[in-house]
Amino acid sequence: MLKFILKRLGISVIILIFATFIIYVLECSLPTSYVERTARELATKPGSTKSAQQWIDELNAQYGMDKGIIPGYITWVGNSIRGNFGDSWNWTVPVTEEFNSTVWYSFVLGLIAFILEIIIAIPLGVAAARKQYSVTDYTVTVISLIGISMPTFFVATLLKLIFSVHLGWFELSGMQGRNYAALSDFGKLMDLANHMVLPVITLVLVSMGSLMRYTRTNMLEVLNADYIRTARAKGLPEGKVIGRHAFRNTLIPLVTVLGSSLPGLFAGALITETLFAIRGIGYASYHSMVNGDIPFTMFYLAFASILTLLGNLVADILYAVVDPRVRVN
Amino acid sequence: MAENENVKKTSKKDSSYISGKESKKISKFNRKLTKKLEKQRADSKVDPSVYRTNMRDKNNIVEFDNVCSYFFTDIGTVKAVDGISFDVPKCSTVGIVGESGCGKSVTSLSLMQLLQRPQGQTVGGEIRFNVGDQGAYDAYNIVKTPTEMMQKIRGKRMSMIFQEPMTSLNPVFRIGDQVDEVISLHNPDMSKEDIKARTLQMLELVGIANKEGVYSMYPHELSGGMRQRIMIAIALACSPELIIADEPTTALDVTIQAQILDLLKELKDKINSSIMLITHDLGVVANMADYVVVMYAGRVIEKGTAKEIFSNPCHPYTIGLMKSKPVVGKKVEALYNIPGSVPNPVNMPDYCYFRDRCESCVERCYDHKEGKSRAEGYGQYPPEIKISDTHVVSCYRYYEEGQVLGYPHPVNVEEL
Repeated sequence: MLKFILKRLGISVIILIFATFIIYVLECSLPTSYVERTARELATKPGSTKSAQQWIDELNAQYGMDKGIIPGYITWVGNSIRGNFGDSWNWTVPVTEEFNSTVWYSFVLGLIAFILEIIIAIPLGVAAARKQYSVTDYTVTVISLIGISMPTFFVATLLKLIFSVHLGWFELSGMQGRNYAALSDFGKLMDLANHMVLPVITLVLVSMGSLMRYTRTNMLEVLNADYIRTARAKGLPEGKVIGRHAFRNTLIPLVTVLGSSLPGLFAGALITETLFAIRGIGYASYHSMVNGDIPFTMFYLAFASILTLLGNLVADILYAVVDPRVRVN
Repeated sequence: MAENENVKKTSKKDSSYISGKESKKISKFNRKLTKKLEKQRADSKVDPSVYRTNMRDKNNIVEFDNVCSYFFTDIGTVKAVDGISFDVPKCSTVGIVGESGCGKSVTSLSLMQLLQRPQGQTVGGEIRFNVGDQGAYDAYNIVKTPTEMMQKIRGKRMSMIFQEPMTSLNPVFRIGDQVDEVISLHNPDMSKEDIKARTLQMLELVGIANKEGVYSMYPHELSGGMRQRIMIAIALACSPELIIADEPTTALDVTIQAQILDLLKELKDKINSSIMLITHDLGVVANMADYVVVMYAGRVIEKGTAKEIFSNPCHPYTIGLMKSKPVVGKKVEALYNIPGSVPNPVNMPDYCYFRDRCESCVERCYDHKEGKSRAEGYGQYPPEIKISDTHVVSCYRYYEEGQVLGYPHPVNVEEL
């Protein structure tokens, strides 16, 4: 098992190098350029003695963007390995500091949504499979198809319209109420929780549909298996047949899917966070990308690549944990 | 005009094409009916007199009495088992033979109440399962027994060995756990150590040499023959009175087949149980069975002791089966095969199911010759005819010489 993991890690490093290189090339070819924009701003300022082109050249030299793409990438890799990710151009703080101040909001938001998604989707999927073609099944199918089909921005807007505009239960966006500073510590927490309700619902609604369908499909397949008939022939009560024999087998594909999405909790929810103006990592990376903030975007996307690779590794390891047939000696 | 319409109707019925409207109608009818049947089943929990009954003969372990198991599919009702009657005497082996799709497995699944519900339902007849004297009743009518009661019978009083050892064991649990499970389920008072000891004893009994090792192995680490041994161990763990073996050797190679069959025979005598052996292999039946039931298209067409069936097959289908098996030492150009094919299970004819393939039809098989009518017993599905104390055949060729026992009674699904 250790050998297998080490081998996978080795492959991951190679993939990571290529992934970050592609990201770097794309970053440098973006139509938006932080340097150019800043240079033009500086050139139009009263008292500026240099032309825009002069400013661009000067800033490029300052930011290390005058070396060309490949030497620039090598410099970036060299610095990154030493743990130096540079300063964010857009947020004007070190990249890691900005990351640290935003990622935990995303993580908490993602984790709550993830747990709710599992709690809601898996039992519903199992219930739908147990009573195939029944009212329960059709209801679950319709709900999950609605969830899958509706885009995030539409769900978010709909929720805002109903719960903030019409009912006024929650605020439209943001993370803090206007009297946040005056609240006690517990009040602050409750205020934050109140602002997280709609984003969490959005995330759950959008993501639970596919998990529900996936659970249902897998459960149906397992329920038709011969060993389920064997379990019934043993005289096991139906609850045990489903809960023990069938569910353990349904778990195999589910765990791999869930396991691979676990590291993704740190990647943030770009659209949802942006729509609800939550200062999470998704929101920060969105604004960095729009403003051409290469250091921060590079860091964020490299981090996301690592998470994806890690997710695949976690999925493979979990697969071996739940399925004795794929355990490697 | 009426005749014309009739022809039109039948020609439409004969084709496998079904319009969307018809299909919708069938689905609606099926849903309504299965819902009703499920409700009846749920209601039977309350009153034991609904599902308790008495055996006709106390020396039988199971009596099938006009059992009808139907499947309500989207193209119509498939009468997989339609009015079969036979007995399984205590401490004996009954072989059920017939070609694929003739209802052998559905018979056994009906007995275990393991039909795929709600589409599959046992809609009529009685399956009496002998449980010994218990107050006023000595048997369960499996057809009406609620699931809760069935769970106490399954695995303990009757158990089943399936035909696919490769997929019949749960891949994620250890062998030991799977055998332990059935023992602990039916013996809640047993301690963990006793259960494990019993499991190891069972593994030894079915001829597994490395029992301690196999106890903690997963199914995928075992060969097909070993898995079938494990299945037998699970089936026999609670010393059931009846073992249903549904083609236990079909998926295994010939040497292992012989071993498994010998093992079954030996163990059966050890725990004094009966075996209902389902197979399409006549050699296996000849070797194992005391009694043989021959099924064709969902009905029993001939039953008797193994000797009677093999030395004096009476039904043309049985005769055809016997002719189509290779015999050692006998030289033939090509093996015999029965011409034609089984009728469409959705639309069974109202005359003998074998008539269209039969080479030895008699006058009585038809009702449209010489002005003979159905009322006089011409052209109907043949009744069961007793030609010796144990030998019963459903064929008009014996109508004059044998004693007519009765006709199978299919259930009219419209009236349910």
